[in-house]
Amino acid sequence: MEDTLPLRGFRFVRARALDWVAEVGRVTLLLRDIARFMVPGLRSVGLLVQQMGTIGVGSLWLVVVVSLFTGAVAAVQAAYQFTAVVPMRYLGSVVLRSVIIELGPVLTGLVVGGRVGASIAAELGTMKVTEQIDALRALAIHPVRYLVVPRVVASIIMLPIMTIFSDAIAVFGGWVVAVTSIGISSHTYTQSIKDFFLIKDLLSGLVKAFFFGGIIGTMGCYYGFATEGGAEGVGAATTKAVMTSCVLVLISDYVLANVLFRFIFAK
Amino acid sequence: MIRVRGLKKRLGSKQVLNGVDLDVTTGETVVVMGRSGSGKSVLLRHIIGLMIPDEGSIEVEDQEIVGIRERELDEVRRRIGMLFQSAALFDSLTVGENVGLAMREHLRLGEDEIQRRVEERLQWVGLSGVEPMKPASLSGGMRKRVGLARALAMDPQYILYDEPTTGLDPIMADAIDQLIRALQKKLGVTSIVVTHDMTSAYKVADRMVMLYEGRIVFSGTPEETRTTKDPIVRQFVEGSSTGPIKPL
Repeated sequence: MEDTLPLRGFRFVRARALDWVAEVGRVTLLLRDIARFMVPGLRSVGLLVQQMGTIGVGSLWLVVVVSLFTGAVAAVQAAYQFTAVVPMRYLGSVVLRSVIIELGPVLTGLVVGGRVGASIAAELGTMKVTEQIDALRALAIHPVRYLVVPRVVASIIMLPIMTIFSDAIAVFGGWVVAVTSIGISSHTYTQSIKDFFLIKDLLSGLVKAFFFGGIIGTMGCYYGFATEGGAEGVGAATTKAVMTSCVLVLISDYVLANVLFRFIFAK
Repeated sequence: MIRVRGLKKRLGSKQVLNGVDLDVTTGETVVVMGRSGSGKSVLLRHIIGLMIPDEGSIEVEDQEIVGIRERELDEVRRRIGMLFQSAALFDSLTVGENVGLAMREHLRLGEDEIQRRVEERLQWVGLSGVEPMKPASLSGGMRKRVGLARALAMDPQYILYDEPTTGLDPIMADAIDQLIRALQKKLGVTSIVVTHDMTSAYKVADRMVMLYEGRIVFSGTPEETRTTKDPIVRQFVEGSSTGPIKPL
């Protein structure tokens, strides 16, 4: 058959599609192994606590800075859009709800996804190319049980905790701006928060964070284990882990928003 | 005893192993010689179940390990220790934690007993007091020794050495060779040593085999290897670039 431009294009698209399907298959197999080794993997509490510390403590200052300015910007922009339309006494509630439903979990997911996803992929990728993962298997220690389960579970536990922290800091950032530059009293801002706070808003954000944690941990481990070659391979794995984590966080945010607000928390 | 029959493995476009037959009897130290890229390390990785062959069988103590379940394979692996070419020490753990890891994971021992065994293994390889050090602060020779101490952690019946002297100075290489012999005498382990370092090979081998074009083409004692007329083995042993083996 003549090698025309459309045919080459078709082959290229088909090859990429097959690569994508194969990748989804490999991630599914990793998820199966994570489920299989979940209970034995959690027996090593020390490894889990160590990973929780690495993920949580290591990301703390980044989350503080991002959340503080996110809350501040949310207050400034809400105030601008309220001008001559909505009374400023509702500013606190708008900052609160936009933060706990969307900005807190998503920005925490993206920030932690970038830092932790890269760190996990680089660490496991280096272990792969220096035969350390083979050495574990040679010692009859399954790498998914010893390396993956503690990292994925730590991510799942720490993301919601970091999100609560992020929510609080962001609301504080909004309060600072509201009181110091918009001219709303502290009482008005906090009263607005109290009046419009709904536990289901907080829960929806935490459910999202739970899934984001799973995505970040799994993608970091998957690309770490898939590393080939030397330093270049580790760099490529790190980049892929961060990109994929961030894209999947945003896609799953949309899916979860639909499921949570149209079905589970619809009323 | 380890028995390998008809082992074949293709990696990409290259047929790395093309019907390897090898018997290693209990208590014996067999050196597998061959050029870089001839498939020596691939053979070792098959024996410990890190790679799955395209064809062939591998028996360890009459137990077939090709195609068995991961859990059964782990039982076999506990009887085998492996020293990796790069030592493959876990960077995030100390030397003591590296050596004690398998004991902590598989044996129900108290921490005092694990510490005692870790110290004992490190003494066997001529190291003492290095338990708190991280692998990054060790020299190449020390890393190999710690890797060997880790391989000995579970009292293996078999030890696989992947290029144990590569990258070491001649004095350290000799020290590692002496260690391999001493451990064989002390513990009576069965060993397979993969190397292209002929000085080392003659020192540690009870028997030497040559892997060439995916097959074992020669088997003999060190003395038979020195005096063989086989042109492939002669060329390799003499380190000549002219002969049936073509430079890549």
